[in-house]
Amino acid sequence: MEFFNNHTKLFRTAFFFFAGLTLLVAILPAINNQQINKALPNAAVMSDDAIKGKQVFIANGCVACHTQQVRNVDMDRTWGSRPSIAADYAAIKRTDVWRNTATLMGTERTGPDLTDVGNRQPSIDWNLVHLYNPRAVVKESIMPAYPWMFTLKQHLEKGDVVVTVPKEFLGGKEGKLVASPEALQLVAYLQSLKQTPLPDGTPSPEFLYKRKQATAAGTAAPTLDGAAIYTANCQSCHQANGEGLPGAFPPLKGSPVVTGDNLELYIGIIMNGYDARAEYGVMPAVGTNANLTAAEITALINHERSSWGNSAKPVNEADVKKLMDFVKLRSPK
Amino acid sequence: MLKRGMYTRIKAMLIAACFFPAVLFAQGGSGDGKPGATLLFVLLGVLLAVLLAAFFLSVSVSNLVEKRRGRTADAQKQQLQDYLTNFSSRQIRQLLEIARQKRTGGQKLVTTLVIVFLGSMHSTVLLAQTGGTRTNLFSETGIIITITLILVPILAGIGIMIVKLSAMLRRQRNRQELEEAEQLAAYLATLTDEQALAELAKRKEALDYHLSDTELSGQQVPADNKGLISNVNTRTFLPFVSPKKKALKRPNIDPELSRLILWYMGCAIFWLLFGTTIGEYLGIKFVSPDADHLSWLSFGRLRPVHTNAVFWGWASLGMLGLGHYIVPMVSNTALASIKKGWYALWLINAAVVLGTLCLMAGINNGGGEYREYIWPVMLLFGLGLVLTLINFLQTIARRKTKEIYISNWYIVSAIMFALTITAVAYIPSWQNGLGETIIQGYYMHQGVGMWFMLFTLGIVYYMLPQQLNQPIYSYSLGILAFWTQILFYTLIGTHHFVFSSIPWWLQTVAIVGSMGMVIPVVAGTTNFIMTFKGAWHKVAGSYTLPFFLVGIIFYCTGSLQGTAEAFRSTNLIWHFTDFTVAHSHLTMYGIICFFLWAGMYAVLPRLTGKEAPQVTVGAHFWLALIGLLFYTIPLMIGSTLRGQMWIEGKPFIETVVHMAPYWLWRAIGGSLMWLSHIFFAWNFYKMISRTETVDIKELALQKLEAQTVATIH
Repeated sequence: MEFFNNHTKLFRTAFFFFAGLTLLVAILPAINNQQINKALPNAAVMSDDAIKGKQVFIANGCVACHTQQVRNVDMDRTWGSRPSIAADYAAIKRTDVWRNTATLMGTERTGPDLTDVGNRQPSIDWNLVHLYNPRAVVKESIMPAYPWMFTLKQHLEKGDVVVTVPKEFLGGKEGKLVASPEALQLVAYLQSLKQTPLPDGTPSPEFLYKRKQATAAGTAAPTLDGAAIYTANCQSCHQANGEGLPGAFPPLKGSPVVTGDNLELYIGIIMNGYDARAEYGVMPAVGTNANLTAAEITALINHERSSWGNSAKPVNEADVKKLMDFVKLRSPK
Repeated sequence: MLKRGMYTRIKAMLIAACFFPAVLFAQGGSGDGKPGATLLFVLLGVLLAVLLAAFFLSVSVSNLVEKRRGRTADAQKQQLQDYLTNFSSRQIRQLLEIARQKRTGGQKLVTTLVIVFLGSMHSTVLLAQTGGTRTNLFSETGIIITITLILVPILAGIGIMIVKLSAMLRRQRNRQELEEAEQLAAYLATLTDEQALAELAKRKEALDYHLSDTELSGQQVPADNKGLISNVNTRTFLPFVSPKKKALKRPNIDPELSRLILWYMGCAIFWLLFGTTIGEYLGIKFVSPDADHLSWLSFGRLRPVHTNAVFWGWASLGMLGLGHYIVPMVSNTALASIKKGWYALWLINAAVVLGTLCLMAGINNGGGEYREYIWPVMLLFGLGLVLTLINFLQTIARRKTKEIYISNWYIVSAIMFALTITAVAYIPSWQNGLGETIIQGYYMHQGVGMWFMLFTLGIVYYMLPQQLNQPIYSYSLGILAFWTQILFYTLIGTHHFVFSSIPWWLQTVAIVGSMGMVIPVVAGTTNFIMTFKGAWHKVAGSYTLPFFLVGIIFYCTGSLQGTAEAFRSTNLIWHFTDFTVAHSHLTMYGIICFFLWAGMYAVLPRLTGKEAPQVTVGAHFWLALIGLLFYTIPLMIGSTLRGQMWIEGKPFIETVVHMAPYWLWRAIGGSLMWLSHIFFAWNFYKMISRTETVDIKELALQKLEAQTVATIH
């Protein structure tokens, strides 16, 4: 055929075929999406520190392991209260003249998703220790350590943020570990990562592929695994052995709050957070942030009251429910 | 009459059995709504029908045999005559012997038994029928297991029944054959006249004829007068490495072009070693995250260094090196400009060096995979490709052949498309918000599909027929694969963002396109495999063909795995896990690298006249293949389990702990792969090294000559 033997015609056809498809499937949808989508009106504005922190996040290639997208499937419910929508990314523009837009959605979830990490893990202290060496707080973590974002000082200066890490992670050196501005900016960025609630009255998109519930008649409600709830929500600070980290996070093993009878205080700490003791970091409102139910709180409390040598008597769900409603009124709003 | 009645009855039962499942199925559909139970009944019904059909077939076969027995006397006579015609020499001798004895008065009764066994055709037909049930409905694991458990004894029963039936049938047949043999014996006894016996004796002589084995050679002693035989080895021994076919020397390759191609390959191999050393180190970091605490070597920065170095350094330069050989070769002309080739080589190398340094220093484009290099760096790469495109097009324009060989379709298109996608990926006008994500999906997949895959296919379309020394099986299939690859591959990019916030319809288009990819993949695989037709024996005697074969196998399985991964249901389990990593290594390594190695081992001896030691080529091949399997299979298993743990809602850190052994296996497989590259680099060195090896024969002749000259003077 003449067509196949004429290089001009052949290669021109192939090129325009490909370019045409490219236009239809990539360029036009991309242009359309950036035109029709706008950021949510109530979206928070990033602080200067957070903006700089995002540059640190990009420079260190954190996106290689951390996604920032809650998919509309039930298994992603762990990472946010609603699926991510186009509006969440609409405000992200080109970084600068050298660098492209960074939506940082990612394609690999070797580590946890960070869409809502500002709500899930708001403690600055924890984030700094974790950044210095993740294994100081999460023994099994395989995340890289970022010690070059910290300096070991003998004499503190004004404004220095001291990070308390266990001695074995300092490599035998003496001194106070101080976070660099880079580290503080990165943590500020992580803290700014919060899902914007949809404006009132807007229904949230559905999570698809719902997990099958064992609700058939005759079978009792599945018993909740307090240990799993502890692992997912508490362990990163209070540790698997319940001993916490000296100077950073208090122990639950033998803690009078955990084993005592003041359930109101106990549930109040879980639901609203705690910052009463100077020697330890601030505890965020873990229970509220994770939307834990009364049944889950009960399982969690009973797990903590019966582990690591603790042996206090179990609590029941009705009492917990009542106290949860009560402490909610006192939550700082 | 009795038999007739039974036959009708069986027929009626069979018809009833055929309707039986249909009735049940209709009930199940409208009634209790439990498709599982209904399906079981359907299956049982089908099996019952199968049993009856088996019986029916056996009976009908018996009937047929019965009918055959009722033939005319003429036909029977003819049959006996046929037996006689087909007597073997030994049988004729026996017959003549008997006739002689008969003539001398000795009478002997001869009975010949000919037993013909029926083939097991019935059973195959029957078994094939059981496969015709509606398998698409058996999605529940429990049902599948139950059905399998029920099927096992039923099928065993059918098997036993078929054995029994065929034994019955055989007994019946034997009885008939016995009768026939008696008739034949009686007929043979009547053959006594001289003429018939003489005829038989003549026939025996014809059957006994043999060639003398010297018809062609005569009485000459064997001698290689034309010098066709070489590399004679008279001492046999058990070789450690089987000797493989040597590459043919090709004259008329411009030494300047040779040098350019060697430099392309040398640089490519450098980037292979560099890139996979980084990759190996990253694999170790999964097992030992505190291996170092240097910012330039931290995981997030090194990962793109690895991927970009092996993409733009190793694979791209390797392909372009082979391209500079193939494009002028199939155009039957010289390369338009060697200088442009050198400029392109410099530009691309500069891009990878600068890109690597930038990434390690923390300067990257913002997180989109494979476009981590910032635009000034990628511009250098693009300029290199522009120069190459011009160079190749000019070469093709000056071709001395009428047609444009299909390799050049693939190679030139790959360069055009690579430039297109790079431009689309780096032009900022459509990259805000989700625009960036849509372009990212498009870019990362066109990068592999339109640049690496298309170019490599072009290489295979030239190199594979050349190494097999026979033409490509079907030019048309190659053309079909070419256009369908463009049509479907362009659509599939966004399947990396299934369930994300990009438009649902765009995700669906990508999934449908991924299914369409079956067409070019199957067409290409068929084409390559069929090119081997009649030349499979060459695989054993070649050290390049095994590389091609592995590449073809992974081309088929790796690409089809991509299709399977694109579905929404599989995305639930595999997306975000290391399954994707395993898949990209199966394809980029299993397909692209193996094809590139095959091409390089084929081309290098033609350029330098030297071959690599077979031991180290073998080591390269096996370490790479086994390493790849160790790398990918554990990762796929571990990731599938991890995905399921996510679905079950297990705490995230538990799934990290769960992956630890699989990551260890990945590091072990990666080490083997890395070791194979050391062997490859060594082989390359052996093929290009200038140091002369001592040729005993040459040296002996030189010494003799020197001695002769000395004695004369």
